[in-house]
Amino acid sequence: VTAETAPVQGSGTVEASAAQERRDRRRKAERSDRARAEARLGWYLAGPAFVVMLAVTAYPILQAVYESLFRYRLTAPDEREFIGLGNYAVALTDGVFWQSTWVTTLIMLVTVAIELVLGFALALVMHRAITQLRGLLRTAILVPYGIITVVSAFAWFYAFDINSGYVNQWFSWVPGITEDLNWFAQQGTSLFVIIASEVWKTTPFISLLLLAGLAQVPGDLEEAAKVDGATWWQILRRVIIPNMKAAIMVAVLFRALDAFRIFDNVFVMTNGANGTRVLSLLAYQQSITRLEIGMGSAISVLLFIAVIGICFVAIKLFKVDLAGARGER
Amino acid sequence: VVGCFTAGVLLLAGCGSAESVPTLTWYTNPDNGGQARIAQQCTEAAEGRYRIEVSVLPRDASSQREQLARRLAARDRSIDLMSLDPPFIPELAEPGFLAPMPDDVAEQVSEDVVEGALLGAQWKDELVTVPFWANTQLLWYRSSVAEAAGLDLEEPVTWDQLIEAATEQGKYLGVQGTKAESLTVWINALVTSAGGEVVANPEAPAEDVELGLETDAGREAARIIGEIGGAGLGGPGLPTADENASFSQFQGDSGSFMVNWPFVWPAMQSSVEAGTLDQEVVDDVGWAMYPQVAEGEDARPPYGGINIGVGAFSDHVDLAYEAAVCIVDPAKQAEYFVSDGNPPSSVSAYDDPQVQETFPMADLIRTSLEQAAPRPQTPFYNEVSAGLQETWYPPSDVDPETSPGAATELITGVLRGERLL
Repeated sequence: VTAETAPVQGSGTVEASAAQERRDRRRKAERSDRARAEARLGWYLAGPAFVVMLAVTAYPILQAVYESLFRYRLTAPDEREFIGLGNYAVALTDGVFWQSTWVTTLIMLVTVAIELVLGFALALVMHRAITQLRGLLRTAILVPYGIITVVSAFAWFYAFDINSGYVNQWFSWVPGITEDLNWFAQQGTSLFVIIASEVWKTTPFISLLLLAGLAQVPGDLEEAAKVDGATWWQILRRVIIPNMKAAIMVAVLFRALDAFRIFDNVFVMTNGANGTRVLSLLAYQQSITRLEIGMGSAISVLLFIAVIGICFVAIKLFKVDLAGARGER
Repeated sequence: VVGCFTAGVLLLAGCGSAESVPTLTWYTNPDNGGQARIAQQCTEAAEGRYRIEVSVLPRDASSQREQLARRLAARDRSIDLMSLDPPFIPELAEPGFLAPMPDDVAEQVSEDVVEGALLGAQWKDELVTVPFWANTQLLWYRSSVAEAAGLDLEEPVTWDQLIEAATEQGKYLGVQGTKAESLTVWINALVTSAGGEVVANPEAPAEDVELGLETDAGREAARIIGEIGGAGLGGPGLPTADENASFSQFQGDSGSFMVNWPFVWPAMQSSVEAGTLDQEVVDDVGWAMYPQVAEGEDARPPYGGINIGVGAFSDHVDLAYEAAVCIVDPAKQAEYFVSDGNPPSSVSAYDDPQVQETFPMADLIRTSLEQAAPRPQTPFYNEVSAGLQETWYPPSDVDPETSPGAATELITGVLRGERLL
């Protein structure tokens, strides 16, 4: 509201002549009143949402930061003790923390890379599909995204499980897959299933964001390139992708943040066994399983800082333009 | 009505409803509906003094503990009665989350109880929960395999004999190697059977807890697990095998010997009824006492089960204890055993004719319970158990030289707040 009124106000005063000054001042006062009223209305309208946001995000975050400074076990409330940054020191010097960070980063990088390629292909298919098929196709592609993560995690788990799974039997022709392959008994195979499930589940999300980006690429640019004799590959590389860079970067950022907070798949499939523990699970195990509120909060805060770090790097280094992707510019 | 009136002075809400009967909420572990039936029976027997409502907890014991501990830490008044897994009792008893048991109730419920269940219901030598049902593992075997291997199961057998028999016959042993509570159950049974203790001083505060793993008993336990894991004797599914997984392997062609809870017996019967299991397999199944570690030294089988705890913040502690006494009535325990497959903690319940008919191994279960060893009774049981699972997993990597030391280092480090878990 204020952003729209400000330039009008500015130009009005700059061009005002001395004779009009008094009248202008009155008008300005009037406008200010109105602007103030509008600003107030703006606050009235947005205020409740703002307060709710503070209550559900800022408050818990501050509470976690505060509690991370204590040694505090839920079942021994009387022994609560202030230890400053002690929890952070323990976490940051423990191999378990770095191992979890590494696994989380690996899952993030691999899933986002696969999903970007796959999601782009799906977005192209959805974009190019003939009108009659478009609705059906988009629905079909979106189905995995509509499934609750825990449910999809269980479905994948049971498919690969050595006792109830069918994957070993169906794919026994693939070298390395036998009846006796226990997918969840080693790190590599466990991570493979976790990543595959994650990719299956969230590729639709990334392809939807990319589809929005594709729709923004002006058709005449493509046509011009075609007239100039560009091949399909050249059009893709030199026309389409550069024109939807903003959408791609936003999709990558959103998915990267999402992937970094992965929890459900790991929790359901391995519960962190065989070196598959991720940061969210580590925080869960400290605060929920061990009831160590202080240590759990410290790890949650570290996770939060890592997520902010990823955001910062993406926005500053790769110049992700959130407004641009929504077509606001 | 009187109970409601006195309670009503403290809290009007509970008695303000149309019927002025106090409602007791009983948090139960999931079963075949037996606890809900008992709640109904006790509600009827109470003749309007109280009503019991059942609220079902999550599926596995660790999640049940998480939910109850968090609610109790928040002083949840809705918890009147709860079904507790024994290893987690000290953790709730130590901060005073369990209401003190009246002397007359304590006297009444400690009579006619198998030894293992009585030990498991205590904290610092005082009864803090009411023993309800008591679980123990037996050695289940396929007679055909035992015969072929020339093993006489009438006599106690050792783990080494089982390893040898399974190797010889090319079969798999049914043990629980998944990274979960069942692995701790196995480790604890092996260590105690070898004459040791996982925790040397379970009542000590966190910083002073000492483990008993770096002993001959600890090393012997590690040797057995490492040998079974290393030789692939648990089958390819061992690193993810829980009780159900080893049970299904046992019923297959590669099944030979298995340590497992008695639920497997009614489960096999219903599989036959459902047509998913041949009667031949059931006819081939035998049972014996849990295997020994050292020949001639009695095994200490695992002890599990459920005790009834009364929440310290309940508005109806007296009524809740009255209800608990009703719940654990030996006749109801016997009925529960038959309907849900969970063995009684009451000695006399085993003499029930229907129990004897449904469970031909009932007397063995009772003997096993008298011999059973509880898991370490410490308020830090969760850390001990998770630390063991972290260091004694996967089974093929367990090494008598390194695993006991690694577990000791990790668990004591965690308890001193110097390590993550």
